[in-house]
Amino acid sequence: MPTLTSQISPSSETFRANAERMRALVADIADKSASVERGGSDEARERHVSRGKLLPRERLAQLLDTGSPFLEIGQFAAWSMYGEEISSAGMIAGVGRVEGTEVMVVVNDATVKGGTYYPLTVKKHLRAQEIALQNNLPCIYLVDSGGANLPNQDEVFPDREHFGRIFYNQANMSAAGIPQIACVMGSCTAGGAYVPAMSDETIMVRNQATIFLGGPPLVKAATGEDVSAEDLGGADVHTRLSGVADHYALDDEHALAICRCIVKNLNRRKSVSLTLQKPTPPLHDARELYGIVPTDLRQPYDVREVIARVVDSSDFDEFKQNYGTTLVTGFAHLQGMPVGIVANNGVLFSESALKGAHFIELCCQRKIPLIFLQNITGFMVGRKYEAGGIAKDGAKLVMAVATARVPKVTMIIGGSFGAGNYGMCGRAYSPRFLWMWPNARISVMGGEQAATVLAVVKREGIERKGGEWSADEEAKFKKPILMKYEHEGHPLYSSARLWDDGIIDPAKTREVLALSLSAALNADIEETKFGVFRM
Amino acid sequence: MFAKILIANRGEIACRVIRTARRLGVRTVAVYSDADAKALHVEMADEAVHIGASPVGESYLRGDKIVAAALATGAEAIHPGYGFLSENPDFVDQVVAAGLTFIGPSATSIRAMGLKDAAKRLMEKAGVPVVPGYHGEAQEIVLLASKAREIGYPVLIKARAGGGGKGMRRVEHPDDFSEALSGARREAKAAFGDDRVLVEKYVDKPRHIEVQVFGDNFGNAVHLFERDCSAQRRHQKVIEEAPAPGMTPALRKAMTEAAVKAAKAISYSGAGTIEFIVDASQGLKADRFWFMEMNTRLQVEHPVTEMVTGTDLVEWQLRVASGEKLPKTQSEITLSGHAFEARIYAEDAMKGFLPATGTLHHLAFPDSAPEGATMRIETGVRAGDAISPFYDPMIAKLVVHAKDRQAALDALGTALSRTEIAGSTVNTAFLAALAADTDFSAGDVDTGLIGRHQEALTTVAPPSGEIVAAAALAAAGAGALPPSDDPWSSLAGYAHFHTVARRTRLRHSEDDILARVSVRPDGRFEVALEAPYDSVNSHDLRAAPRVARWPGHVTVFEGAVGYSFLVPDPLARIDEAAAASGSLRAPMPGLVKLVRAAKGETVTKGQPLLILEAMKMEHTIAASHDGVIAEIASEGAQVTDGTVLVRFVEEAA
Repeated sequence: MPTLTSQISPSSETFRANAERMRALVADIADKSASVERGGSDEARERHVSRGKLLPRERLAQLLDTGSPFLEIGQFAAWSMYGEEISSAGMIAGVGRVEGTEVMVVVNDATVKGGTYYPLTVKKHLRAQEIALQNNLPCIYLVDSGGANLPNQDEVFPDREHFGRIFYNQANMSAAGIPQIACVMGSCTAGGAYVPAMSDETIMVRNQATIFLGGPPLVKAATGEDVSAEDLGGADVHTRLSGVADHYALDDEHALAICRCIVKNLNRRKSVSLTLQKPTPPLHDARELYGIVPTDLRQPYDVREVIARVVDSSDFDEFKQNYGTTLVTGFAHLQGMPVGIVANNGVLFSESALKGAHFIELCCQRKIPLIFLQNITGFMVGRKYEAGGIAKDGAKLVMAVATARVPKVTMIIGGSFGAGNYGMCGRAYSPRFLWMWPNARISVMGGEQAATVLAVVKREGIERKGGEWSADEEAKFKKPILMKYEHEGHPLYSSARLWDDGIIDPAKTREVLALSLSAALNADIEETKFGVFRM
Repeated sequence: MFAKILIANRGEIACRVIRTARRLGVRTVAVYSDADAKALHVEMADEAVHIGASPVGESYLRGDKIVAAALATGAEAIHPGYGFLSENPDFVDQVVAAGLTFIGPSATSIRAMGLKDAAKRLMEKAGVPVVPGYHGEAQEIVLLASKAREIGYPVLIKARAGGGGKGMRRVEHPDDFSEALSGARREAKAAFGDDRVLVEKYVDKPRHIEVQVFGDNFGNAVHLFERDCSAQRRHQKVIEEAPAPGMTPALRKAMTEAAVKAAKAISYSGAGTIEFIVDASQGLKADRFWFMEMNTRLQVEHPVTEMVTGTDLVEWQLRVASGEKLPKTQSEITLSGHAFEARIYAEDAMKGFLPATGTLHHLAFPDSAPEGATMRIETGVRAGDAISPFYDPMIAKLVVHAKDRQAALDALGTALSRTEIAGSTVNTAFLAALAADTDFSAGDVDTGLIGRHQEALTTVAPPSGEIVAAAALAAAGAGALPPSDDPWSSLAGYAHFHTVARRTRLRHSEDDILARVSVRPDGRFEVALEAPYDSVNSHDLRAAPRVARWPGHVTVFEGAVGYSFLVPDPLARIDEAAAASGSLRAPMPGLVKLVRAAKGETVTKGQPLLILEAMKMEHTIAASHDGVIAEIASEGAQVTDGTVLVRFVEEAA
């Protein structure tokens, strides 16, 4: 019985309430997404356009194939982190298609604080490069940036995962045969100058692009030389004299056409080693996901209802269906690609963890990519379970997840709490992509649990000293903790810090997973070598 | 039957002859000029011989080379096709003298019909009606007026040396004769230095109806009914049909009998056509047709006759020339259904039918005949072939046959609307407009029809927003890659929440168009256009109009109209970019030897601007792009490498 049947009733009160809430959440994120997509202020945008430049998203659209999907990452990076709105951390990044080739595109947005690098901008740039490296995607940098954001230099410049790492990554990706292409369409100063200089091929736009280690004011200060930006490091100088850049472009459109031409000449072919099927849509409407997911994260529901709305023909060949039932594992096809699905259906027990580890072994053996549908409060606690060795069984699952070399894609569809996050391939386990639904929550434990744990500790302390603590006082004590957890567990809080790659519309789960997976297939699937499983 | 023949022609007729020859087991030799080295007829023939340069005078009109090619390849006979040497009696003599067979009439027959006046007299003698008129030497006004009266008004006074309508007067009434005559004489004198005139019957509503005849070497001659070629523009046939619309049994009998009589009068052998002018002002009447001339060759429009009689006239030609009798007797030749032929030309109907050239980047004819019809596409070109200025710019003949005229006309319209040609300007829209013309549809045609309706027939509506949007989509490269199941292909336009439109520039005639192409969540494309076009169009690529992409262009087909759009390619600005900052620099140290352009001068790309002498060599510095010179080095200047020699005026970006 591989085809999943749905038990839901779209006419039920609960379904409608759920759907209404999810619609509101999605609409809110869509609105916020529209606001960050505008980039900088109207003024900044007008100034940008008046210089004959295309806006960053227009550049992106001009670069990508018409109709190419764009799997944007870090859209909400820096969301309400720096006091003023630094939309998308002043940078658009994501996977798109150019000349039929999937590429990672990183676009500076000069309308946002001159495209300068805030700490989150650096983190986003590095995350984009990490995706490119893991998935063997050529990188295209549309450069228009004033370089490091000087007031934040201590969080941008010196550390391992700071500015310098961008060039380190470029060098090492180039060494790994992953093309690095820079299209300089604006300023590119100081350290930033290494983006084009470290690229395999570089384009510059006349009268717009400048590359120099020190700008005219610095030159004046240092040597007294009076020189214009164009004469110091314009397109003509660098394509004719210095050789810092290779292609001279007349304007943005010309530059992007050259860029597409470069990609066309990369001589790359995506060779997918999986046995593909003809894609078929799920039998059930993805929009019903809105009504299926309960408004309360603690309320259980059958994750197969989600799977039935994600996989081809809603066909799901379940593995160990009757064992460790709080973890659902099985094989399916996603847009024709074979996948192994690991999905939570309740708290993790030893059996569930063992089942998960076993299933991951199967997928690695067979080189089948893994999809994690994460909705986890954590591992079961209590004497019986500790004695039963849940820690070592949980460790087996974590070992399997951590060392699995098949592409892993994680979708947080509900809670992501505690060690459950690890066992279900959270950020630390390097899934190729990690996405969140707008209803998801992520924290070390649930707000309620955290508040209760802290209250219990507090109460013990008070009572030990012979004091008293009223229920009222306890509630007052718990409230800010609950609020903190609610705030910090929110997907926007997570996305702002790039703990995930983005918040998506649950109705588009199938599309996002399929695009993520297909992008991941640009890299060959490696052999997995697991570590020591504690027995 | 011959074992091998040579075809002294090119294009569709050469291909058409080769097909029949092949069916009959006859090997074929093609001849070709430089321009035709890779032409379809060369590819199709068993052998091919190069006979000279592209101009016809150096190739296809070189009888000597053609005969030599036939002798060299062992061909026994030469098929002349139409045009070129097909009605050249001297060539026939040459062929015969070489011991070869000419697939066509004798040189004598050709000569007899070649001199128009003599031919008319010959026909008159044979009892074939000729246009009543006076062609005599005597020019007295009284004599001319009495001849006019004899002929019957209205009459036409024409300059004997005439042409181009000069010295020509139409006279309705005897009272006006003398004034018209002096006017005609004045004009004739001024134009040709010869004021002699002739007087002819003025045919009020002339139709061009011709009869296909066929003779053999045994004295037999038959007709294969008539064709109507009245749809003409400046004596150029556009759509021909068989039988003639409104033909009466009496007229057909009279005409075909006259035609056979004419053929027999000159012991005609092979395929020939007797052209008649018919006065259709009072319908088709058996006493209102007159001989005009005889074409002693296979006509361009012969396929319509083949369609309605079920014959292969090329096969007949080969059989008769090889000494066989006519394959059918008169009574065995019957008429069935109706056929049309439309001549598809590379020409610009909107610009006075100016001949066009170009490479046929996209060439697609209907896959199958419209329902209820049979269809023939006679062509000598393939997609990718060029229409050169050296030869007739005909691309193809679209021939359809159906049970009656209306059905055949419908089929013609359908077939034209399924014909897609891009790369050159073509007349398919004009042909379709003519096929749909009310008078033409009603069979109410005469040789003046196209002239009277020219404006309506050659006016093409500007492209609709839908068409522009389809062009923009194609120009933007939507669906350019083959469809694939990869999500990166199939999930077109995916975005987490909002998509961004891609800008696409187009140019249609004089209009610059900026389109914004985006994908909607349902996967349909949306194209936003600026005025005057509809602002937004949504498109399902699978249901999109027919579109052809070719270098730098997109053509969208709607019915028989192909709307071509120029798609500016930013990469085409490479020359401009190569001239970084709009200047040319010395490639090495040297001496400016000669300056050939001045400051302020407008120069074109490739134009030599100055000569630099360096390393004992002269280097020409040419303009890298079109532009205006802002500065140029002076003669005798010693320069180092990298010195700016020429600076262009920078265009406003």
